[in-house]
Amino acid sequence: MFSAFTHPALILIAGALLLPFIRGPLRRPYLFLVPLLAMGAVVANSALPGQHGLVNFLDWQLVFGRVDRLSTIFALIMGLMAIIGTLYGLHVDNAKEHMAAWFYVAGSLGTIYSGDYLSLFLFWEMMAFASTFLIWFRRGERSLAAGYRYLLIHTIGGIILLAGIMLRYQAVGDITFSLMDVKQPELYTWLIMIGFGLNAAIVPLHSWLPDAYSEASFNGSVFMCAFTTKTAVYTLARGFAGFDILVLLGVIMALYGVIYAVMENDIRKLLAWSIVSQVGYMVAGVGIGTEMAINGASAHAVAHILYKGLLFMGTGSVLYMTGKTKFTELGGLYKKMPATMIFTIVGCLSISGAPLFAAFVSKGMIVGAGFEAHLNWAAWLLMLGATGTFMYNGLKLPYFLFFGENNCTNETWAKAADPPWNMQMAMTAGASLCIIVGSVPAALYSLLPYPVNYHPYGGYHIAETLQILGFAAIAFFMLKKYLVPEDKLCLDMDWLYRKAGSWFLWIAKNPIQWFDTAWGEAYRVVGLGSLMTTARFWSWFDWHGIDGVVDGLARCVRAIGGRVRTLQSGQIQFTIYFAATFAAVVLVAYVFLQLS
Amino acid sequence: MNKLIDSLRERLPLVIKTCYGLLALVLAYSLTVDTSHAHTSVEKLPFFWSFFGFGAAAVIIGVARWFGHSGIMTRPDYYDRDAECTCTCSTTQKSSGEHA
Repeated sequence: MFSAFTHPALILIAGALLLPFIRGPLRRPYLFLVPLLAMGAVVANSALPGQHGLVNFLDWQLVFGRVDRLSTIFALIMGLMAIIGTLYGLHVDNAKEHMAAWFYVAGSLGTIYSGDYLSLFLFWEMMAFASTFLIWFRRGERSLAAGYRYLLIHTIGGIILLAGIMLRYQAVGDITFSLMDVKQPELYTWLIMIGFGLNAAIVPLHSWLPDAYSEASFNGSVFMCAFTTKTAVYTLARGFAGFDILVLLGVIMALYGVIYAVMENDIRKLLAWSIVSQVGYMVAGVGIGTEMAINGASAHAVAHILYKGLLFMGTGSVLYMTGKTKFTELGGLYKKMPATMIFTIVGCLSISGAPLFAAFVSKGMIVGAGFEAHLNWAAWLLMLGATGTFMYNGLKLPYFLFFGENNCTNETWAKAADPPWNMQMAMTAGASLCIIVGSVPAALYSLLPYPVNYHPYGGYHIAETLQILGFAAIAFFMLKKYLVPEDKLCLDMDWLYRKAGSWFLWIAKNPIQWFDTAWGEAYRVVGLGSLMTTARFWSWFDWHGIDGVVDGLARCVRAIGGRVRTLQSGQIQFTIYFAATFAAVVLVAYVFLQLS
Repeated sequence: MNKLIDSLRERLPLVIKTCYGLLALVLAYSLTVDTSHAHTSVEKLPFFWSFFGFGAAAVIIGVARWFGHSGIMTRPDYYDRDAECTCTCSTTQKSSGEHA
């Protein structure tokens, strides 16, 4: 079907633009067809390694289609998630929401295929702006505010990235997007890394993620959990493999996300914190930078998109059916949402790295790469984080949501039920892929950027994992009274800028407003009064002084003109009379002056 | 599915004993596996990963509990009240109660 390179972003953008005109019974088949075509293009492109879509623009060559193993594996999982996400929201009647989602995916795919910083930046910003609408489409003031914060933070990140790109162009003279010299980083290296890192939710630039993803629409968050952070992981893997600082930052993310997820009361915010933690593994893998680590980061990105999408679909179903997202307002839902429970538990086992489930075949690669690179401290801390992941996601989430104390009101309980068929279909697809990837990893490994020499189903790895999961579960049930969710808000780094915003508003409304009022009054009394007095003086001076002189001169000139006019009367006797008189006066004056 | 879960809940002591039995099997299995793939010498200690799993979970629960109750966990309308103080148009919503 696609014999030459076809950019899947173009298919999605064209599909999004045509969507409002496709109505009635054709809408749903069309919604399914467009991401399917985009996925077809990605699959076809994978057989065309090289650079495509070359466009000369000013002095630069833009590369819209760089196809290699790294871009292909990320494009494939993004294309797959676009299909699953669209299927999940197939019944959503708001065409604008689908359009925003497709523009968002187009931005992600465009970034992944970009071979230069200019086209990358274009798609990068498309991703940020389109995803903002997925938050706003939930409607309500809280989502509106979260969307503005998200847009503001990503705009700042975009500016930092652009500054880095410009500085790099000034220093290097080209805009090719390739591996940086991470051993001798320049200012532009840091700026570009910060720009990418903000989208990867690197601590302390992460607060936008739990804030926005927990406020997005029920299917918007299914898209958002997949694309922004993993596209950023791709850019880091492409440009910053082996950058030491990323190991430390990744480990901090892995543990920071765990602690906040353990404290969290909102089920979707818990998953958002989980993204921070899981992306930490990928960032650490990129920082380690070996072939095994980059393979691990790529494999974990694929697994993560599958299980996190599934978990957001499960919790999104709870939100969609009950309208609630807090543990303290839910519980005991296995009786009303059994299918949702099974899908969610598959996601929980997958993220926990249980044998036969997705993360079992990916997370160990990153930890193993850490040990092999003699970064034992990092590998041990990542293992600690992996145990925490099982605690909050493998045990806390399903236990308190489906089995724990029933905190539902009668109204919530009455609403609770498994979601519509299309949402269950999407979850079936996600759950199946989690199990397939975990059980038959060879297919995934064949797509990784480098040759794979890793065997997850060795006896040691299985025994290690089962011991960790089993004894962490014992600890959970022994100490679960300390994990009972509380209806609290967990303060985070966003406290700084949210408080700064509040302080700014307070300062604007109080001291600055007071000063402005006082200044206006002072101006009215002192400034305006003195101005009016001065104006009145100058008016008087103008009237009596300037005008007096000017009018006097005018009267004088007019009088002289009257006299002179008589000279020009044409009567010769007057002319002779005045000439002779003037000559006599001159003569007498001359004689007088000579004699004296 | 509901009947199966209800049945298991009714026989909770038996379920717990079965889980302990499975864990014992895992422990026995861990003694038989080749530990040459271990990255560090400490991993070669018998049942090391069992202690690690239990200890790591306990530490994480303890740290999260301490951190949360040291002032990080606060009232859920913390930012809403801030908005009310600074904005005249602060009619807030309860996001959790809002239907998607």
